[in-house]
Amino acid sequence: MLTAAEIEDGLEDAMSSQANRVIDIDNLSLTFETNDGPVHALSDIDLKIEEGDFVSFIGPSGCGKTTLLRVIADLEQPTAGSITVNGVSPEQARINRAYGYVFQAAALYPWRTIAKNVALPLEIMGLSREEQQQRIQKNMELVNLAGFENKYPWQLSGGMQQRASIARALAVEPDLLLMDEPFGALDEIVRDHLNEQLLQLWAKTNKTVVFVTHSIPEAVFLSTKIVVLCPRPGRIYDVIESDLPRDRNLDIRETPEFLKIAHRVREGLKAGHSYED
Amino acid sequence: MPALLAWFVVAMVVVGLFSTAFKPDIGILEAPQLALCLVLLAILGVRYELGFMRNWIGDLALGVVAALAASLLISAAGRHEGDAALGFWALTAATWAAFWLFVERLAIWKSRSLLTTRIVNLAIPAIFGITLLILWELIVTGAGVPKVLLPAPSEIWLRMTTSVPTLWADFQQTFLKAVLVGFALGCGAGFLIAILVDRVPFLRRGLLPIGNLVSALPIIGVAPIMVMWFGFDWPSKAAVVIIMTFFPMLVNTVSGLAASDAMQRDLMRTYASNYWQTLFKLRLPMAMPFIFNALKINSTLALIGAIVAEFFGTPIVGMGFRISTEVGRMNVDMVWAEIAVAALAGSLFYGLVALLERAVTFWHPSIRG
Amino acid sequence: MSDTALTAPRSTNPFAGLMSGTLGPVLVVVLAIFAIWYVAAVALNTPFQQDMYERANQTDVPMSQLVRDTLAQERPVLPAPHQVIVEIWNTTVEKKITSKRSLIYHSGITLSSTLLGFLIGTLLGILLAVGIVHSRVLEKSLMPWVISSQTIPILAIAPMIIVVLNAVGVSGLLPKAMISTYLSFFPVTVGMVKGLRSPEVIHMDLMHTYSATRLQAFWKLRLPYAVPYLFTSMKIGMAASLVGAIVGELPTGAVAGLGARLLAGSYYGQTIQIWSALLMAAFLAGSLVALIGALEKLTLKRMGMAR
Ligand SMILES: Nc1ncnc2c1ncn2[C@@H]1O[C@H](COP(=O)(O)OP(=O)(O)O)[C@@H](O)[C@H]1O
Ligand SMILES: [Mg+2]
Repeated sequence: MLTAAEIEDGLEDAMSSQANRVIDIDNLSLTFETNDGPVHALSDIDLKIEEGDFVSFIGPSGCGKTTLLRVIADLEQPTAGSITVNGVSPEQARINRAYGYVFQAAALYPWRTIAKNVALPLEIMGLSREEQQQRIQKNMELVNLAGFENKYPWQLSGGMQQRASIARALAVEPDLLLMDEPFGALDEIVRDHLNEQLLQLWAKTNKTVVFVTHSIPEAVFLSTKIVVLCPRPGRIYDVIESDLPRDRNLDIRETPEFLKIAHRVREGLKAGHSYED
Repeated sequence: MPALLAWFVVAMVVVGLFSTAFKPDIGILEAPQLALCLVLLAILGVRYELGFMRNWIGDLALGVVAALAASLLISAAGRHEGDAALGFWALTAATWAAFWLFVERLAIWKSRSLLTTRIVNLAIPAIFGITLLILWELIVTGAGVPKVLLPAPSEIWLRMTTSVPTLWADFQQTFLKAVLVGFALGCGAGFLIAILVDRVPFLRRGLLPIGNLVSALPIIGVAPIMVMWFGFDWPSKAAVVIIMTFFPMLVNTVSGLAASDAMQRDLMRTYASNYWQTLFKLRLPMAMPFIFNALKINSTLALIGAIVAEFFGTPIVGMGFRISTEVGRMNVDMVWAEIAVAALAGSLFYGLVALLERAVTFWHPSIRG
Repeated sequence: MSDTALTAPRSTNPFAGLMSGTLGPVLVVVLAIFAIWYVAAVALNTPFQQDMYERANQTDVPMSQLVRDTLAQERPVLPAPHQVIVEIWNTTVEKKITSKRSLIYHSGITLSSTLLGFLIGTLLGILLAVGIVHSRVLEKSLMPWVISSQTIPILAIAPMIIVVLNAVGVSGLLPKAMISTYLSFFPVTVGMVKGLRSPEVIHMDLMHTYSATRLQAFWKLRLPYAVPYLFTSMKIGMAASLVGAIVGELPTGAVAGLGARLLAGSYYGQTIQIWSALLMAAFLAGSLVALIGALEKLTLKRMGMAR
């Protein structure tokens, strides 16, 4: 039996999550059953993400960053614990088209032009032609791809392809953007440029972004909250709230505040590692 | 290699000019045009080695002179059927080598425009085929091979032009009726069943191994049964074609539908896309290369199936029927005429499917590359 | 459910394990095929049987009698599986191998021309592929013809090749084998060209840095890479070769071989004989392909390529 106080407590929790809690993960674990025995990809994850946050997951490869993001996107089912997205189950959130997902590779369809690729989710959502056209144009401009509408993916460079896939995710106009190492395969200069653009976009639209990376500067530069994960079993080692101003540019990377946060992230990564070996 | 070929041409021309071309005692010098032509050919052949006209004009001239020499040789052989001697064979070899040289040069042509590249790429196999025909003609007429063994291409052509109505009637019966109907129904059924099978995992696991096995079986053997069931006319042939084309389509479509990778399917999932949307927007386009593979295989299987099925009973019309009866009467030129029609129809059919494939799967690395 | 995830439902049904592999479903499908076969046999043979009853003035024959009779006709429209199996048994185990009525004798004849044709076809295919991979001219001039050679319905020429070669005194195995060769060289050529070209550029470059000769690059790089392709195309080639051998037997006047059995059966309406020859051919094709499959496994294991 629940006491009245507990119910009230729960209610309050629900109220506040309705107000601005986008992702609420409680005690979540995920174990893959493989032929070589179980793999504990995630264990005992607790994480709250508020509206307007820019959250980065950072950690060595194999620590479960992708898996955690996929759980949020309902591409993977947890084996224990609970998770809500926008106050509902991930499946319901997915059906509501609550988020846009950017994969590690561009995953564009080679038989569609860039514009048609961006239109793909819009067609599935059943939007009108004019609406589609308008969103394509807007988002192609946003990622600096105007003029490449009628090219095919294989005619574009890797960076342009990745930008197209971001445009495709943005075209859904989600309040939540899930990005899995979107710039991992790009060179440093393109990456810097896209980081800046992403940040501007985020500042302009007040979206919530969950961003997976294994680059410390990238994580610190972009995030308001950095989640350091460590492997075997995959778990959260540290959560760092960044006190850098929301409005920042690439020069901030030289400041002592930036370096201090970067140092803390690096320490976290090191500790998480040595703990294991 | 080209140098070797060039000197080979020269040597053969020299041999040809100074030995008897035809029995009993006719030298090639008695046909001055031909002799002149061949001398020119030899000179053009070795011009690279001698160091002049090292350009495409020289290459083209080589081709033109080789063609001229071939036609003169053919007419000379026609006048002395079956009397060929050493000189003639040497000249035949020289012409063949000259054509080879020509193709060799064409293959290393570097062209600026896409169009010329296309034309050259078409011309090379065409010239190769024509060379084979010329050799066939020269050898058959030169050596006087009996008609019942192997008629010359010119005789086959003559036969084709004089028996157009028969050929057309056979073509209609076998190709337009049995092949096309069977092909359409067999491929269509294979495709639809594949989609059904793909939807039901149990069927996919149960039917696919069997489909794979059946694809390797000599299905053509059902022809006598189909003839018994559906009678002598074209429906029984169409039935054979349906069965033969069904399984390749089934197996290929099912594996094509499984060809999309996990990330692409996840992408559709994040859009909460339903079964049909995923099918039409992702899985079918992805399956197209496989489907066209089946269509190409089937385009040749269909013709084979229909013709062979006619061996087991037909009304007195049809390509298979004609071939088996004319072989019995030793009318080999008619048989070859029928084969030429079949080959032409088969190649056109295949070419059409391949063209369609280019248009539909333009995005596939094997095509766009 | 609105999405397409093909997640297998976890159930506690003890049959679930059996049915989630391939064996269970295949068995079920095979059983279903047999069931349909029996039903179809009864349905297709009933009209003739009823005719018989009418002629014998038998009225109101019980259903069980009808079923039994339709499955035991001498020349049924569709023989029942057990009839075919009995026929196969009678013509294999019960007959001496040398007998003209032994199915093993006929299979042996078809098998020998299949194998000879397959052997020549495979060698020819490999040779052509090696030439095509190493010579630009051959590639450009020959490859299109290799492909269009298969649009010529060679099976249509089969009777002529055989009759003509018979006329010049070449008879027996070789003419039939030639048709098998023609059908089987094609998949081998295409597969081998693909296989010999499958080493990645980086590996070819590596060979280049060793200044390996073309021959060395061929033996050490191209050939090992091509082996899996070779086996795959040999399976297709073997199946095609058998088709060639069977069709090659059609025009020789139904003397010997599985094709001849098919033709003779269709002349005399011996449906059971047709079906038994057909099943035998299917069995032959299946075992030949399986044999190559086993050889493939063994070779790849030896080469350390087995997955
Ligand atoms: N579908 C799966 N089946 C089995 N194991 C998996 C699967 N997906 C991921 N894993 C395992 O889970 C762990 C975490 O993987 P992942 O989330 O991809 O790591 P990261 O993205 O941080 O590099 C790894 O050990 C990986 O091998
Ligand atoms: Mg990852």
